Amino acid sequence: MTAELVRGQNHPLPEVRLAIRISAGAPVLAGATLGDENGTVPGPQWVAHPGAPALPGVEVPRRAATGHRLAVDLGALPEAVHRVAVFLALPTGAGTPPRFGAVAAPHTTVESLDGTELACYTITGLDSETAVLALELYRRQGAWKVRAVGQGYAAGLTALFADQGLREAADVAAAAHAAAASGEAAHGLSRMLPAPTSAPSAPEASARPPQDASTAPSQATSPAPPHDASASAARVTPAPGPYDAAAPESRGTTASGTPGPTPSFAQQPEPAPSYDARNPYDTQAPGAAPRDSGTRVDYTHPGRRAHGTPPPAAPAADDGRPAPPVAGDAVGWSMEERLYNQVWGMFEDLARTTAAFRSAVDFADSRLEKELDQALTDPRGRLGAAGDAAREAAHVRRTQLVDQARVALDRDLAQLTAESEVVEPALPPAYARWDNPVWHGYRVPVEPPMALRLGDLHLPESASLRIPLLVRLPLERGLWFDSGPAAFGGAPDSAELRHLAMEAAVALAARLLAVHPAGDFAVQIIDPAGTGAAAFAPLTRAGVLAAPPATGAAGVTEMLERLTRRVDLVQMAVRGGAPESLPADVDTARRLLIVNDFPHGFDDRAVTRLRYLADEGPDVGVHLLLVADREDAAAYGPLLDPLWRSLMRLTPVPDDHFADPWVGHAWTYEPSLVPAGSQVVHQVLTEVARARTKRS
Amino acid sequence: MSVNLSKGQAISLEKKDGATLTAVRMGLGWQAAKRRGLFGSRTREIDLDASAVLFAENQPVDVVFFRHLVSDDGSVRHTGDNLVGGVGQGGDDEAILVDLQRVPVHIDQIIFTVNSFTGQTFQEVQNAFCRLVDETNGQELARYTLDGGGDYTAQIMAKVHRAGSGWTMTALGAPAYGRTFQDLMPTIQQHL
Repeated sequence: MTAELVRGQNHPLPEVRLAIRISAGAPVLAGATLGDENGTVPGPQWVAHPGAPALPGVEVPRRAATGHRLAVDLGALPEAVHRVAVFLALPTGAGTPPRFGAVAAPHTTVESLDGTELACYTITGLDSETAVLALELYRRQGAWKVRAVGQGYAAGLTALFADQGLREAADVAAAAHAAAASGEAAHGLSRMLPAPTSAPSAPEASARPPQDASTAPSQATSPAPPHDASASAARVTPAPGPYDAAAPESRGTTASGTPGPTPSFAQQPEPAPSYDARNPYDTQAPGAAPRDSGTRVDYTHPGRRAHGTPPPAAPAADDGRPAPPVAGDAVGWSMEERLYNQVWGMFEDLARTTAAFRSAVDFADSRLEKELDQALTDPRGRLGAAGDAAREAAHVRRTQLVDQARVALDRDLAQLTAESEVVEPALPPAYARWDNPVWHGYRVPVEPPMALRLGDLHLPESASLRIPLLVRLPLERGLWFDSGPAAFGGAPDSAELRHLAMEAAVALAARLLAVHPAGDFAVQIIDPAGTGAAAFAPLTRAGVLAAPPATGAAGVTEMLERLTRRVDLVQMAVRGGAPESLPADVDTARRLLIVNDFPHGFDDRAVTRLRYLADEGPDVGVHLLLVADREDAAAYGPLLDPLWRSLMRLTPVPDDHFADPWVGHAWTYEPSLVPAGSQVVHQVLTEVARARTKRS
Repeated sequence: MSVNLSKGQAISLEKKDGATLTAVRMGLGWQAAKRRGLFGSRTREIDLDASAVLFAENQPVDVVFFRHLVSDDGSVRHTGDNLVGGVGQGGDDEAILVDLQRVPVHIDQIIFTVNSFTGQTFQEVQNAFCRLVDETNGQELARYTLDGGGDYTAQIMAKVHRAGSGWTMTALGAPAYGRTFQDLMPTIQQHL
């Protein structure tokens, strides 16, 4: 049973005399290093490479090839050797692949001498490496094991040797490459490479060429990759001269299994065919690779690659660049739900990438502080150049880290901004800003929306990137536009704030009216002192209110009483399971009660009623929108605290009081206001009123 | 198939350019212990917890465990607490996913730990394993068998740390004692 190893896995070796077979998509040179107990290679004489192919217990090939067989006799190794590391390297020189990423994954097999496969390992995932430590045979408590290593080195054999503690790494690497190059020229003399008779299919393959020779030419001209190991071996093996012309094409076929640049083979047309034809390993390799089950087969058309159309750099660039954003790129049953999820996804992404940035900056700052402290406590550095240098270095380190963090943040912000640019125009009215063109084509909807835009959120790091604040409908909590100047350091004066708060509240009420089907949503107003009459004008003028604004103490009481009754009745009906038995005068439409200047005009009873509505209303479709300055209600003391807490606080001017649910950043909220001078609300409300009269 | 590690064995799975290690998952799976005692209803349930601690130059910055399932930056995610283990056939009962490309720039190490929240030592749990998977290709990088593992209640599994432009992973498998990751911090510090 062959154990197919993955990187890092080990497997016991029952025998000491082994053959290690290597097949690669391009000629490679192979060798082995012998390591002592600590895994280090003490000297050049411990490395078996093409220039020194035979060491006690280890024999390696003299030249580069696509197929190799290394003979290892673990019993014949010196006692001091505890580790045999098998390495591969790409030969240097023109026309060779520049990196392992450009050729098919090398495949290694450990066999006993009778040809039984003990373990195999395909070295995948290589990229810019030019040398790779493939396998490691090691002694563990008297027994030998093999481990799949697959450690690549972009800096080549020198780095590989140096990593194993070999001091003369560069010299040995140079010798190995030089010997491989000269060995290639003189390979006819090499006796190092007996035919791999141990491979079970090899005798079969060598037995078949006579019959297959006749079919070979037709196969060789066909562009199809070989399907059968023996057939492909047969195709190339008997090619001493007549098939030289076909040989480059067959190599192109071989290379089609690799993601790499075939043109490099095309650059060496002359030596390749003859060397192919005379070396059994090269000819074996095209067949050997597909035969091993672990090897990946590339099904792309071999002819495509030869034209050099897809440079490997192109897909890499694609990987680095995120796909262009698309509106609705999220899960959901409808476009509306997908957009809702996408917006919340952007919200979370922005929160998290900002958290990463802030965390990095905090860390950089604390490290800077620590390093400055250190520089200060070091008596040598307190004065003079050393101290300055240390302080300078600390500042540089801080700047570097912050710059890195800024790069990562900018990358994410660019992506989110691009996403926002495609998402905003795609939003339906309930989610859209008032300046969105979707409002100009407004039609009264037939379905209520699933969510509503309450405003925009942004963070100081990315002030230009606005995230829509979408909340699910029906609203679970009442809303409160804070008109108190205390919170904003008195920037706009109190009257101005009240005006802005009313404007924002009316815009929100208009939005709620517009996004519900005709008659499904009603707005009622309590404006005890009548101070909001001007602000409510868009609503009153369009005739979309359920009733004229209630004014004076009597009006307040009456409206609250009616709403309380409605809440009670609907609650009873719902609990009794008989919502259809409601009295005819109870309107089941959802409604928003706007209370201006709370608690002006409210007596204790009315306040209690309002609290009752705030608690019980949302479940039965009665929602509150208070426009109030909390200071005005200070006389009630802590009595009203639960009411304020139960409401979602919104501000008429930008204010950073919103915390996201993931990280808890302070987000700056801005209400969604109608652009100055725009008639869009008037047009929309007119449409709503028309639909309503048509319906009734 | 992958490396099967025994107690305390350290192996390095690093790849010099680290280019391919972009997402890793630590999976933890175990089987509820057999019922014992006179009454079959009196089960001995076992709650193992997987945690990940993010470090910036040896300072803990963030932690992902059953009470904080996603790191603030969103790069490390816990799939949720499992209080009783699975039926024991190999699947991960808890997992922590790390998107290495999104880890903040100052985080240079992430340590994975396993704790026995209910206090059983790893000698008592059954079919418990812990594995590290390259999430990009599903390949298992390392696997520990925890049951019969010894008289301790926690294990520092592995660390994923920055090396050059990429990341590498070192398996640690160091035994420790504790109920949650907080108890392990002194032990973790030794492995930074």
